Amino acid sequence: MEGNNRKSGIIRLKRCPSIIGHAAAVGKKEHEGPLGAQFDYHDATDRFGQKTWELSEGEMQHIALNLALAKAKVPADSLGALFAGDLINQCTSSSYGLLDINAPFFGLYGACSTSAEGLILASLWMNSTESGSAAVVTSSHNCSAERQFRFPVEYGGIRTPTSQWTVTGAAAFILGDGQGAYITELMPGKSIDRGITDPNNMGAAMAPAAVDTLTRYFRESGMKPSDFDAIFTGDLGFEGHSIVNEMMCADGINLSDNYLDCGLLIYDREGQDMHAGGSGCGCSASVLSAYILPKLEKGEYHDILFVATGALMSPMLVLQGQSIPGIAHLVRITKERNL
Amino acid sequence: MKNTTEYAVYAGKRAKKSDLLPDCLRAFLTGGLICAGAQGMSELFLSLRIAEETVRILVPMILIFLTALLTGLGIFDNLAGFCGAGTLVPITGFANAVVSPALDSKNEGLVLGLGAKLFSVAGPVILYGTSASVVWGVLYWALGQLR
Repeated sequence: MEGNNRKSGIIRLKRCPSIIGHAAAVGKKEHEGPLGAQFDYHDATDRFGQKTWELSEGEMQHIALNLALAKAKVPADSLGALFAGDLINQCTSSSYGLLDINAPFFGLYGACSTSAEGLILASLWMNSTESGSAAVVTSSHNCSAERQFRFPVEYGGIRTPTSQWTVTGAAAFILGDGQGAYITELMPGKSIDRGITDPNNMGAAMAPAAVDTLTRYFRESGMKPSDFDAIFTGDLGFEGHSIVNEMMCADGINLSDNYLDCGLLIYDREGQDMHAGGSGCGCSASVLSAYILPKLEKGEYHDILFVATGALMSPMLVLQGQSIPGIAHLVRITKERNL
Repeated sequence: MKNTTEYAVYAGKRAKKSDLLPDCLRAFLTGGLICAGAQGMSELFLSLRIAEETVRILVPMILIFLTALLTGLGIFDNLAGFCGAGTLVPITGFANAVVSPALDSKNEGLVLGLGAKLFSVAGPVILYGTSASVVWGVLYWALGQLR
């Protein structure tokens, strides 16, 4: 790794791994959304053939990983390592869902930032080992998340305009040295708490973390937002996306039109009654697989920033009156290995 | 925006709030419709010469059954998303608050799942509702003694 000075925090990879295979499996609402046709697999019942929502989420990860492995033509037991995460306590969707994948396993929790966290760790793994490949899988399931973080699935209540809808989706990425988009730079995020206590306004809780990571990145790389084809934040939704625009502008960095948010891309917010947009570990991951990477592979994009954002929220701590910290990890993905 | 509270105030101010007037209007109309329907059922049963005491039990039972059925079919939460307090305030809201955790936790077993979680949403209403009625009962009795 070059330029690994402590001040910058930007990690420039010496061995830039390429994403040699990727796939996304989603639920009904995601399939009905604007990106519907681009996902590799969907289940209209959201159950994926399983009896409980937690097992459904695990199965969704399993499907996504197997599809990605097949595309990459990598047998599961040759994976150097598997980095997987979800929103469920003890990371069970990942550990149970991927039980039969015979590869060294790391369970991750970074809330909705887990996709970028996994890509960062897998890239570092590739740079510090002789491994030929590593996999990253993340997922979220609306029903398992509702149960754990909010109310029973069938409980009827009104959602506030700033609330986001947890995406039912999983995506897997196989990192290797073959054909595919390249991961060239990383910037791990810091957890930042700016005092938001409303669990129905996750966008506002995560926005300061996204601003911190992006500001540090632009300041320290000397680049401008317009140097990139697009900048994607994880799942800030309408509220967080607007806050980031405002705060960055106040900081003298104009993000302009090439700043997009995965939480805004995955659903038709008005038509599907999604309030502020989508969220969850499966949101940024499935948008990366179904929307962003294909554009890089086709050459529509050459250089993008992928900044997955997470609200490190615990329902218990919120009840204890604590505010919600956010985190945002940055991954720079390019079409060519050498910029 | 330098410090935590300043940001929280800024975020709180810019966050769009629920539209109170349309929400209230929908609650009034749908809640009213449910109550009018229940009253209609009540009148019908009375006209069929069913005893008033039985009718008073029969009507809430029907509402609870319909709510449980719609909750089980996955329809009630969508209805409630539209009606808001219109379905929450009548006995339908209470029934949904009991049936939905039951459905949710049935996979964790009848005792530690369903049994333990059944009142996880409605529990506070039962606790503070009965407590308040006890307090009011004591007051009522004390006031009666003063007279």
